[in-house]
Amino acid sequence: MVSLRRAQDALTPVIFFAIVVALFPLGVGPEPGVLAMLAPGVVWVAALLATMLSLPRLFANDYADGTLEQLLLAPQPLAVLVLAKVVAHWLLSGLPLVLLSPLLALQMQLPADALPTLVISLLLGTPVLSLIGAIGAALTLGLRGGGVLISLLVLPLYTPVLIFGAGSVAAAATGLDVEAYNSLLGAFLILALTFAPWAAAAALRVSLD
Amino acid sequence: MARAEPIPSGPEPVTLELHRYVSPKTFYPLAGRLIPWFGGLTALLLAVGLYYALFIAPPDYQQGESVRIMFIHVPAAWMSMFVYVVMAGAGAVGLVWNAKLAEVLARSCAPIGAWFTVLALATGSLWGKPMWGTWWAWDARITSELILLFLYLGVMALQSAIDDPKRAARAAAILALVGVVNIPIIHFSVEWWNTLHQPASVTRIGRPSIHISLLIPLLLMAVAFMLYFVTVVLLRMRNEILERERHSAWVTELIQSADAEPAPPAAGNRPRGVAG
Repeated sequence: MVSLRRAQDALTPVIFFAIVVALFPLGVGPEPGVLAMLAPGVVWVAALLATMLSLPRLFANDYADGTLEQLLLAPQPLAVLVLAKVVAHWLLSGLPLVLLSPLLALQMQLPADALPTLVISLLLGTPVLSLIGAIGAALTLGLRGGGVLISLLVLPLYTPVLIFGAGSVAAAATGLDVEAYNSLLGAFLILALTFAPWAAAAALRVSLD
Repeated sequence: MARAEPIPSGPEPVTLELHRYVSPKTFYPLAGRLIPWFGGLTALLLAVGLYYALFIAPPDYQQGESVRIMFIHVPAAWMSMFVYVVMAGAGAVGLVWNAKLAEVLARSCAPIGAWFTVLALATGSLWGKPMWGTWWAWDARITSELILLFLYLGVMALQSAIDDPKRAARAAAILALVGVVNIPIIHFSVEWWNTLHQPASVTRIGRPSIHISLLIPLLLMAVAFMLYFVTVVLLRMRNEILERERHSAWVTELIQSADAEPAPPAAGNRPRGVAG
């Protein structure tokens, strides 16, 4: 909740998300057919980039004021504390993206039938992005040029989520069944919930050595 | 943490005979003795393999002479994956047992693996133009190879962003391990993505049970690439050790004795001004 005191920090990725999506019609032209075809991928890639933009904040403030070292010394397992941080981070940066996404998708001429699928896929997918991103944020803590470095570390790892997230929306837009996609996204979420906090905790210990 | 890391200047703990070679101080001259052998074998096998590949192997009835690209392309692709696994494995050993040599190995692997990946992509592109009529296709294997390249670049970027070699090695090891968990997921995702989107546009080259006349040069080249990797990784490890241990007594001695007599050319591709 402390992060709420700086509303600007939480809002920036959301605004970024909206702007990136708005750039695509300007770049490829306002043709509704083309936009509808691009919509799933564009919304998902923009969500990916917006999540990534918010990652450095995940640990940076706690690192700067020494809270993070206290967390390392806390009796609770570090992985659990990391998970709590990631959940808080997702509520402030991931959830707003999910809530805003139907609006942007409509701007991109995505058929209204596909909107629920878009929201579900983002609900399942963005927590995975935050979890994987936590590893990157922990590894790059306190490094020069950490922000750019994070993107290099985590974007390749994001590809499966992007493939199935955007895939499910595209399938829904053409009236196909999306259950397999959602199952896979759910599987990614469970996998990431299991391993990512643990890996991020190990990374934090390395970074604060 | 059970096995203490041998301190370079102190007396070596005598626990295992093998353990001696894990000390950078003993590994350095050992690697130096091994490099000419591996290098010689690499050159020999490369020469024989290339001769077979370019002159003996018959041209393919469909692909003609361009099938010969395979003899570089396929071993490079194999090595690109193998080196990543070695890097992650060495990283894990370094994390768990705090072994300095494993950290050095992991760091030395990254650029070599990245170059193998580039080589596989480049030769694949050269092969794709005459065969598929395009330099690049978003084929499942090409795409996952490209992502593998990005993973390598990420590891290298992280390594070079951290000044402290210990922290750099541990951070890169975690990243490499996360990558190793992800590689199968990425691979199958990409494969499924491709089959979902464009089932017929990318026709894999029909290569039903490769003929023996092609298999022999291919395997020769694969072994040659493997030996090349061993040679270059040893060279890199020697450089890395010198840089890391530059303040230790034995490196100082080595430099002094090298100054006294003309040193053999330190055949590293990263001359880093160790003596300076």
